[in-house]
Amino acid sequence: MSQSHTNQPAFMQHHFSDAEQQRESAKLGMWLFLLTEILLFGGLFVFYAIYRAWHPEMFHNAHKVLDVTMGATNTIVLITSSITMALSIRSIQLNKIKQTIWFLVTTLLLAGTFMVIKYFEYEHKIHLGQLPGHYYTYTGVEGTNQHVFFSAYFLMTGLHGIHVFVGMCLIGWLIFKTKAGMFSSQYYTHIEMTGLYWHLVDLIWIFLFPLFYLIG
Amino acid sequence: MDTTGTFWMPPANSTIASEVDALFYFILYASIIIFALVVGLSAYFAIKYKRRDGVEAINSKGLDHNVKLEIFWTVVPLILVMIVFVWGFQTYMKINVVPKDAYEIKVTGQKWFWSFDYPEGGNSVNEIVVPVNKPIKLLMDSKDVVHSFFVPEFRVKMDVLPNRYSITWFEATQVGEYNLFCTEFCGKGHSEMVGKVKVVSEEEFEKWSEDLAFSGEGMTLKDFGAKLYVSKACVTCHKIDGTNSTGPPWNNLFGKEEHLSDGTSVIVDENYIRESILNPMAKITAGYQAVMPTFQGILKDKQIDALIAYIKSLQEDKSLIQDESSQEDESLKNE
Amino acid sequence: MNKMPETHYLNATKGIKSWLTTVDHKRIGILYLFSIMFFFFIGGMFAILLRLELLTPSELYIDSDTYNQFFTLHGAIMIFLFIIPAIPAILGNFVLPIMIGAKDVAFPRLNLASWYIYMFGSMFAVFSLVSGGVDTGWTFYTPYSTTTSTSVISMTLGAFILGFSSIFTGLNFIVTVHKLRSPGMTWFKMPLFAWGMYATALIQVLATPILGITLLLLIIERTVGIGIFDPAMGGDPVLYQHFFWFYSHPAVYIMILPGMAIISELITAHSHKKIFGYTAIAYSSLGIAFASFIVWGHHMFTSGQSELAAMIFSFLTFFVAIPSGIKVFNWIATLYKGSIAWTTPMLYTLAFLFLFSIGGLTGIFLGALSVDIHLHDTYFIVAHFHYVMVGGTVIAFLGGLHHWWPKMWGRMYNETQAKIACGLIFVGFNMTFFTQFIMGAKGMPRRYHLYDDVYRPFHAFSTYGSWVMAIGFFLMAYYLFRSLYVGKPAGDNPWGALTHEWSITSPPPEHNFESIPITEHGPYDYDKVVAKSTFTEK
Repeated sequence: MSQSHTNQPAFMQHHFSDAEQQRESAKLGMWLFLLTEILLFGGLFVFYAIYRAWHPEMFHNAHKVLDVTMGATNTIVLITSSITMALSIRSIQLNKIKQTIWFLVTTLLLAGTFMVIKYFEYEHKIHLGQLPGHYYTYTGVEGTNQHVFFSAYFLMTGLHGIHVFVGMCLIGWLIFKTKAGMFSSQYYTHIEMTGLYWHLVDLIWIFLFPLFYLIG
Repeated sequence: MDTTGTFWMPPANSTIASEVDALFYFILYASIIIFALVVGLSAYFAIKYKRRDGVEAINSKGLDHNVKLEIFWTVVPLILVMIVFVWGFQTYMKINVVPKDAYEIKVTGQKWFWSFDYPEGGNSVNEIVVPVNKPIKLLMDSKDVVHSFFVPEFRVKMDVLPNRYSITWFEATQVGEYNLFCTEFCGKGHSEMVGKVKVVSEEEFEKWSEDLAFSGEGMTLKDFGAKLYVSKACVTCHKIDGTNSTGPPWNNLFGKEEHLSDGTSVIVDENYIRESILNPMAKITAGYQAVMPTFQGILKDKQIDALIAYIKSLQEDKSLIQDESSQEDESLKNE
Repeated sequence: MNKMPETHYLNATKGIKSWLTTVDHKRIGILYLFSIMFFFFIGGMFAILLRLELLTPSELYIDSDTYNQFFTLHGAIMIFLFIIPAIPAILGNFVLPIMIGAKDVAFPRLNLASWYIYMFGSMFAVFSLVSGGVDTGWTFYTPYSTTTSTSVISMTLGAFILGFSSIFTGLNFIVTVHKLRSPGMTWFKMPLFAWGMYATALIQVLATPILGITLLLLIIERTVGIGIFDPAMGGDPVLYQHFFWFYSHPAVYIMILPGMAIISELITAHSHKKIFGYTAIAYSSLGIAFASFIVWGHHMFTSGQSELAAMIFSFLTFFVAIPSGIKVFNWIATLYKGSIAWTTPMLYTLAFLFLFSIGGLTGIFLGALSVDIHLHDTYFIVAHFHYVMVGGTVIAFLGGLHHWWPKMWGRMYNETQAKIACGLIFVGFNMTFFTQFIMGAKGMPRRYHLYDDVYRPFHAFSTYGSWVMAIGFFLMAYYLFRSLYVGKPAGDNPWGALTHEWSITSPPPEHNFESIPITEHGPYDYDKVVAKSTFTEK
């Protein structure tokens, strides 16, 4: 027991027999977690699909109030951040610590940009009363139950926004830990896992954007 | 005709009931055979092969699988359940497809009573009267939460939903009175949301239809009110012996000062009672939940007058019923 | 005479803090044991109170509102806080890693986090209990749940949080089974308990997120009125039922699969005979896990779904019956020519076969469309799911608890008392619930506070049965606690079983194995290997 500890690097946990097993386990666990995330959003996509099928006209009318330019900008911002995230993993594999940090910082800044744009979008809608449920006071959309469209919009983009925020916290933590020298080309599981998570967040947005901004 | 039912099932008093029962008993007997086999064999093995001291293990080589046996106990149950599936589906279609010549009654469920509207225009509460040997179609919806319409003797059950109509039908084969249960949980009065299905002969049904239009001729207003108190299900939530139920008791209510949930108070007079019947959410007595449904469209003016007269008659302290004359005027006005 | 080992996981480190910060899967299992059994007790108290109230047709000592809250709390606590986590979190945590020859689960810290999440979620449930209760039934059907004035939000939020605990446990087990099996332990040399846990974990991971989002939508519907489930806002209450049962039907198998997994272990270990049809049992677990996702509509045969949908769901429902049947037949065949020890775990196994068969067979009645129309939402359903959940899962859980108890603590309980308790629970359970089949078929609706006088004898008998059961449970609590102090040391392998956990000391050492064990024989090779029992009654 104690013998095996002395031979192994610090990041190894006692119950794994080698680093490969530990990494493989983390990877499988992460994929399973991402699966549950997809299912979580899946429920909301079903919500969207059913109500769109019931009120196709209203959905078409309501989508026009969304700002396609802002949505498209955000899509580009997020895709770019996915690329920089992937590049940071590439860098750590090559043991280029400084480059890794720079890519992570860029990712974080892009994520921040996304959130700022999102803030302006929300701000505008709140101002006009294009809100979910009881709070819906806007009158410019034709059809029945227009508040349902905005319920779906705020729920889905809101939950996505929370995920972006969590991702930002994780990336911030990674920057801090990379600086502290926790990762190297030998061990970068956390960066890789966060990368997977970040790609998922990006992917979900790629579905949200056309479903809300471009339908019809 | 079945009036007592069997050990398991209540009396079968609709056209489809005996079909449902036939399948029920088929599954029951098949299950008993399988169950006897399962339990009998395990008990037999447990006793026969009980571990004896000193005998550690029996050589059980080759006893860990047997393809033929395994196929047998997969296929036989599969055939059995497929029989049950087809049989069940056939009867289900009969329960679901309404005959063309059915007599249609509109059913409304709300917390916590049933009301029934007949095609001739009459309305009844918590009691549905139907002619025997005639298919009855029920067009149902709910005014608040989900309810469910269930008459055990007819083997009929259907949820009653707030945002769409649901439909079911039955044809009673036996004159009599049956319980009608709400079987989808709907709150405090759920277990009291019990109505009656009265199956009568064709002639009696016609007579009853005429009676439904009855508006208290030849009765005093107070007595008519007492009748409505029961027949319109006020009794479910309002007691007259002073006990608290879902709503405030009616005895000694008239003329009293009621404290309301918004902190104000009000004297119980004719207009307050009328408002409470037609728009119950307007003023809620403190200490009670805001759960009373509106009787707008269910009670006619004359019936509301009768209920007011009845509530007044329950006030023991006659001094609180002031201004006898103006009150008379009011009830005259309404007529 | 057996001796207790000098050091083991219970005394390796000391103090409350060492327990609250432990990442040892065995200790986490013990933490779960105490917290889950606490809620089992609370839920059980509600059951006894409910049955007492139902002794008479009219109001006995609580009004309808209180009654409605009691059955809701009984259901919600038993399901979300007891039966879903019970077997995986207690026995799965304790046994699974050792069984497959691992030193711990794949993510020990996540495992501890799951327990804290469980405690955090349970606090919300307790909060709703003390802040006026919930009266919606554990199913939270809309629009009742969006309009009632009771604390629905804290209870649903509690269930939402508990869902994450369940997801993380499932995730941990899947990775553990995939990656941490010891050398030589191939998939088909894995004990069937591990197979059952694996199948359960798959459902936990795949179904629970849907419950999460459903409850979240319900909470938001209640607060903001988004108009998804509430008809007053243009929503559809039946859609809620679809969402809810899409999780909650698979959840039924989250409850019963672990029970089946335990029975597979117990029946071979206490009859010293190789399991019959190993592969069939393993695959049937996966089959059940898969089929559980496509039958949710059978909860809604009277909700006005289309005839086609009803037909499909009824058809699929019967297919779930087959793998369950296969398992039962395999277990009986295992008993054939075995060397059957009449131990307490074996008695529970036999009780399981009896009760689960009734539970399973009555499911056929409910799958048949026309019969279900009559039986839906009556006491027949109540009896059916109690036969499956209590007669199946809880009985199996108790069997497993008695089977692994000596491994957990190194000490034996009093066998005579254990058998008496088992008998009391068995008899009391049948008294309580068999009568409910009869009154249900006669039309007694469920969730009724007041009822028609014709059902009175059945209700009264059922209530007497609940008292017999309660005595059994109190006796069990007594001798189990007592065994911790005065129980005879059990030895490493009291039952003479062959799976890995019996090859190490009781209680196990802190890290289970000195070095990772090599799996040389199958878990049930009783025809090749003889393991001497270290415990005899006399």
